[in-house]
Amino acid sequence: MTIDFETPKPIAQMQTMLQTVAENMMRTTSREFDENEHAIPWGYVEFMHTAMRSMGGGGGLTVTDDKPKEGAEKRPPIGYQKLAAQIEMLSWGDVGYYLITPGGGLGAAAVQAAGNAGQKAKFLARFNDDKPTYAAMCMTEPGAGSDTSAIRARAVLDEKTNEWIINGEKIFVTAGDKSFTEYEKLGKGFVVVWASIDPSAGRSGMRAFVVESGAPGVKVTKLEHKLGIRASDTASISLVDARVPFENILGSPTVEKSTTGFKGAMATFDATRPLVAASGLGVARAALEFLKEKLKENGVEIRYGLPRQKLSNIEREVFDMEIMLKSSWLMVLKAVWMADNKKPNALESSMSKVKAGDVTTKVTQKAVEILGPLGYSREFLLEKWFRDAKITDIYEGTGQINRLVVARQILGYSGAELR
Amino acid sequence: MYSFEPNEEQQMLIDAVGKYAANDLRPAAHDAEESRELPKKLVSKGWELGFLQASTPEAYGGFGERSAVTGALALEEMAFGDLAGALAVLTPSLFATPILLGGSEEQKQEYLPRIVGGDWAPYTAALMEMSFDFDPNALKTSAKADGDNYILNGEKIFVPFAKDAEALIVYANLDGVTQGFIVTKGSAGLSISEEREKVMGLNALPMYRVKLENVSASRLGGASGHDFELILSAMRIASASAAVGVARSSFEYAKNYAKERDAFGVKIAQKQAIAFMLAEMATEIEAMRLLTWEAAWKLDNNKDDAHIAAYLAQTGAADMVMMVTDRGVQIYGGHGYIRENPVELLMRNGRGFSSLLGLVIL
Ligand SMILES: Cc1cc2nc3c(=O)[nH]c(=O)nc-3n(C[C@H](O)[C@H](O)[C@H](O)COP(=O)(O)OP(=O)(O)OC[C@H]3O[C@@H](n4cnc5c(N)ncnc54)[C@H](O)[C@@H]3O)c2cc1C
Repeated sequence: MTIDFETPKPIAQMQTMLQTVAENMMRTTSREFDENEHAIPWGYVEFMHTAMRSMGGGGGLTVTDDKPKEGAEKRPPIGYQKLAAQIEMLSWGDVGYYLITPGGGLGAAAVQAAGNAGQKAKFLARFNDDKPTYAAMCMTEPGAGSDTSAIRARAVLDEKTNEWIINGEKIFVTAGDKSFTEYEKLGKGFVVVWASIDPSAGRSGMRAFVVESGAPGVKVTKLEHKLGIRASDTASISLVDARVPFENILGSPTVEKSTTGFKGAMATFDATRPLVAASGLGVARAALEFLKEKLKENGVEIRYGLPRQKLSNIEREVFDMEIMLKSSWLMVLKAVWMADNKKPNALESSMSKVKAGDVTTKVTQKAVEILGPLGYSREFLLEKWFRDAKITDIYEGTGQINRLVVARQILGYSGAELR
Repeated sequence: MYSFEPNEEQQMLIDAVGKYAANDLRPAAHDAEESRELPKKLVSKGWELGFLQASTPEAYGGFGERSAVTGALALEEMAFGDLAGALAVLTPSLFATPILLGGSEEQKQEYLPRIVGGDWAPYTAALMEMSFDFDPNALKTSAKADGDNYILNGEKIFVPFAKDAEALIVYANLDGVTQGFIVTKGSAGLSISEEREKVMGLNALPMYRVKLENVSASRLGGASGHDFELILSAMRIASASAAVGVARSSFEYAKNYAKERDAFGVKIAQKQAIAFMLAEMATEIEAMRLLTWEAAWKLDNNKDDAHIAAYLAQTGAADMVMMVTDRGVQIYGGHGYIRENPVELLMRNGRGFSSLLGLVIL
């Protein structure tokens, strides 16, 4: 190995293909689905489902790695790198759409990280079925966001029926509606619900449960109206004496002193944070490209190589944005490259999310500012990207929470030492 | 194929330079700055690590190929130890690397074996001029053709080791284009200030002002000249990687201090206001390191946008190092302001990156 920044061929080809999808299928209707919140762009959903199935990744946007051709030289895995590049490009098209790309999303990621072989076989196969199918992750509650130890949802085993009885109120579930509500055009999905099996045990008592679409006692009670990413449904899900088969618990049904259950969730985040970062950076790239295009149309030249004293303010801003965006993307690449090569990447993962949260919001905000009325007008998509961008610094750990994670890593502190 | 892993040779170099930086440069930094003097032995020890030698092909007396990526890795390590020390160790490169990149065969044969085969010797270069908007592509120092030679006029500032230099490259404006010219010791019309330059940081590095009055010089690359942009980008990448090293040094001091210092019953690092600063410092350092690596890689691989990448890396790293070294002082509190502690020097050195260019090249 040696330091190398050449884009692998399979990634470059995939990017070209997805750019076509983005331009012809996403950008063309971005505005329509921003203004008709909760409407579902079925065309995109069905097209992506068919396309992803034909690519043979087992359905959905997952880590896939083409086998090198017979006799070709063995090369290191690039599955995560490819996934990050896919997500970046789809989000460049429209991040709201990206979030409703069929597949298991965070729900499947939790099964992947904390489930046993039988559970993986049972729950993950469905994403490759005829109909587009979704899964989602329900962690957040009205009283528990960043502080996941405050989760109040409870799961109690009914020994007579060998079922878990779950009570709780979950909010902000991305794709919660498509995962739980039964739609004619969709396959049977599930949501992964985090609940405590022993509130006295704190985090060690936390477990994830697979709750299948249509389960009794579970209801989608609300779809949020949001600042951006309006094509993506954000659901509230209430569980009132919901009954779930015993074997749907991910991880051990008994509580030991260890924090195994929760570590599963955290392992999920190590894997997904750079992907969320990648998604934000796709939006930022769209905004920066639009800005540069409009500047050019208006005869504003961007001159590289001059000392700062000779630059216009706009040039300085554009350079700063490019520096932020490029370096942030490299941090994502490094984090996923580490994941591909089985190197522990908790630090790099969170750093990439800290940086991308900042960069995505700053770049989109600056782009709107620089373009004045053009930035603010709904005639163009830039104002939408500004609204879409902000979520990057909030979900999958806010900017502050990821700073905490980074700080703990570099200082060698536990959660108790730095809260 | 993406990869963020230095190869074996690079790793060996990083380890060797890292050791020298930590064990030799770093402990000497404070006294060197205060006394405005770098111990000779310290510089020659750095020279013996063989960085320039390993970047020079065998045909010219070295034993390797130049790579901006390898250079960036090594320079970050060295600058982590001490910026003035690192610049001193690498001063001969200011002369040798441009010759390697743009010199004629004759110039390479004449100078390179001499420099890389010998002990550390003061070969240097003069790029900067005293104007607030100094622009390497619009120099005031002029060059005019005069037969096979060129006549130089102008004034250069911040020229490391100029006093004793055997030869130096002087960059000058030739019909609107920047070109390097080789000026040798004792040339008529060449005068070097008695006094050393006095600047905010980097006091251990002896720098001088150089005046050129109708100095006759030969052009780098001979009659057809050379591609200055390549040299400029190599300077920019060097500046960026040195900035990363300086920032890392400040970050490390601040991190360790924050874990030791008590306030309100806890270590200050346990306060989010401090911990978040540290997290952001680490994040920005990593961001600019990667941007610098990529620019270096692009330069090594002749990518179309290599020069833009180098420019952006330099610009970004200069901002980053100011932010980080400022916070280094902040985290030390009042103690950070006292020269006995290391972080204020790093802040002074950190500020230099937005003003200085051409003091180091890879
Ligand atoms: C569109 C959208 C989609 C989402 N999708 C999902 C999903 O699919 N599944 C899911 O489970 N959740 C999801 N979430 C929830 C999201 O992860 C949380 O909103 C987020 O973690 C923050 O929690 P909170 O909103 O309760 O804010 P709070 O935790 O109340 O935070 C408020 C503020 O305090 C700061 N803060 C909190 N704790 C600390 C601390 N220790 N130190 C310093 N500052 C702190 C935060 O950074 C923030 O600025 C989604 C949210 C949105 C808006």
